Amino acid sequence: MNFIHPQFSLALPEMILLGMISIILIADLFISDKGRVVTYLMTQATLVLAAIATAAVMGADVALSFNGHFIIDPLASLTKLFIYLVSMVAFAYSRSYLIERDMYRGEYFVLGLTAVLGMMVLASAHSLLTLYLGLELLSLSLYAMVGLRRDSSQAAEAAMKYFVLGAMASAMLLYGMSMIYGATGTLNLWEIRDAVAEGSGHSLVLIFGLVFLMVGVAFKLGAAPFHMWVPDVYHGAPTSVTLFLSSAPKLAAFVLMIRLLVDALPALASAWSDMLVIIAVLSIVLGNVIAIAQLNIKRMLAYSGISHIGFLLLGVLSATPEGYAAAFYYAIVYAIMSLGGFAMVLVMSRQGFEADELSDYAGLNERSPIIALMMLFIMFSMAGVPPLLGFWAKLAVIQAIVAVEYYQLAVLAVLFSVVGAFYYLRVIRIIYFDKPTERRELKPANDLKVIFIANAMLVLLLGLFPESLMNLCQSAFIY
Amino acid sequence: MIELSDYLTVAAILFSISMAGIFINRKNLIILLMCIELMLLAVNINFIAFSHFLGNADGQIFVFFILTVAAAEAAIGLALLVVLFRHRQTINVATLDELRG
Amino acid sequence: MPQYRRADRIHQMLENYLPVLIFIAVGLVFGAFMVVLGMILSPSRPDDEKLSRYECGFEAFAGARSEFDVRFYLVAILFIIFDLEIAFLFPWATVLRELGLFGLLSMTLFLAILVVGFIYEWKKGALQWE
Repeated sequence: MNFIHPQFSLALPEMILLGMISIILIADLFISDKGRVVTYLMTQATLVLAAIATAAVMGADVALSFNGHFIIDPLASLTKLFIYLVSMVAFAYSRSYLIERDMYRGEYFVLGLTAVLGMMVLASAHSLLTLYLGLELLSLSLYAMVGLRRDSSQAAEAAMKYFVLGAMASAMLLYGMSMIYGATGTLNLWEIRDAVAEGSGHSLVLIFGLVFLMVGVAFKLGAAPFHMWVPDVYHGAPTSVTLFLSSAPKLAAFVLMIRLLVDALPALASAWSDMLVIIAVLSIVLGNVIAIAQLNIKRMLAYSGISHIGFLLLGVLSATPEGYAAAFYYAIVYAIMSLGGFAMVLVMSRQGFEADELSDYAGLNERSPIIALMMLFIMFSMAGVPPLLGFWAKLAVIQAIVAVEYYQLAVLAVLFSVVGAFYYLRVIRIIYFDKPTERRELKPANDLKVIFIANAMLVLLLGLFPESLMNLCQSAFIY
Repeated sequence: MIELSDYLTVAAILFSISMAGIFINRKNLIILLMCIELMLLAVNINFIAFSHFLGNADGQIFVFFILTVAAAEAAIGLALLVVLFRHRQTINVATLDELRG
Repeated sequence: MPQYRRADRIHQMLENYLPVLIFIAVGLVFGAFMVVLGMILSPSRPDDEKLSRYECGFEAFAGARSEFDVRFYLVAILFIIFDLEIAFLFPWATVLRELGLFGLLSMTLFLAILVVGFIYEWKKGALQWE
């Protein structure tokens, strides 16, 4: 029998993470509540170690391992590095929130790290099998994280809804995968690509499979018309989990889509591009319009997230390397802005009080001008006001679709980003011009405040110098 | 002789039944969990059938992984169910309506 | 796959399933025969004591339809996870000789990760009934 030993060194970051997860899980059992900071520091150290390992494995070349199930390419490495960064910020944000709500336990960090591991496997997946396993590792960890706050009936409901719809989406994706496997006779993404290009696959079975894949991916991304879970889960989950859920996993879901559609099925581009047009238009329209009616800021950000996913899909549906790079850029930018957006809720909340109603932000400028200014940056960036980061992301995807002559789509996107600006500006109006209902001084934890300001300044600085990040994203697709 | 299309038809019927079960069922969350399991089993039939008729073992290996993941999924589903039951004293699907807006 | 005529295919299918059919028929006939034999041959003198529910010789404690403890769920959940590792152990065991030391080490690592989970649940007290 021919048995080739896999090249383990390529999976070094994943192995480090798995080892550290095991160590943290056991170590946390012997740490008392007072020493919990050790668990937290170990978690952050793990992510730093994984980043170093990823940078060491990273090369300009494409390398395969584990019988072609695992790939290291610029897209995989870059995505992983951004996932570490976003997750580290998310963990740092959540620390004081967790302490105040009696959720500061090892399980939170271990589940967060397994979710990161799932995202890493997803980013490096090069067969349907590894894609599925990465996705499930990510999803199962997230279901548990949403339900982690056991004294909250809302969180339990959100977790159950997320679980049922997420599991259904996974099953749909899997059904599509089985069809693709049946039509091409292989699980390897490049072999699928070659089989489809040769025309040896049955086209009807392939299209059938593609539809199911698309439904599954749209569910995971939270794009309309498969967005029903997004507002409920974002609303019901503990805010620190919502913050994590809305940032890094979106990057992973983006890579899932790229691997399935671009790596494996480029020959069907005309078919999936048409489907994505429908999904993108629905997401942009529904997300922006329904967000206007929301009075709960977590729900508002959830609908705004749906519309951002719609914009991201615009880049993918152009089916050009420039479009993919623009979508990748959008995914990273959205992750950064979303961290800031939900961090607003964290900064305003305190023990026994969740600042998730819009009215809680009234007159914030009088209570803390600096935090109000930072929120202004983040809201303006989400609305796409130049020269902030969100503007460049929107510009990049719209340029990508104009390049392939989807003019109506571009006009619609611009039109609805103006509609979207309405509800972001409403938040600004409430912060600056409404009378404060509360005079109590705002005292967020120091680390929370520092990271929040850094996050908002990043939105401003990257917006002033957009080329560097954009070039990085392009290097993942043009080589 | 049973042909590939017969297996695929069975799998498609099972998949449709479970999908209908998720949307029609308004009474019991456990039935929802069972529907999700059934969906995965329908996919397994697909993989096994393709694997057999293509003469390629990859599909069967995939099934092993689906089975284990399904077990983990069921475990998380049941755990969430217990948490929910402790709050609501019921597992009726229709009571999942606290989150609206 | 060679093409058969439809009649041939049906013929072949019947041939494949004939043993199953015979087995079912024999099972049904034999089972029914034994039950009928018992009814005819055995004496039947029912009284209250004999017709009452049997629960290990005690009086019945509670209705059989009552709710059961939620802790059984926990045991079931923990069982499901550990029980399915067998699905990987069987195929691994059949080809262990070809895989050699590498295969042995791989499975050791896999089981070691499972043990980590086991230590966690043990220390958390999930295995304690009270």
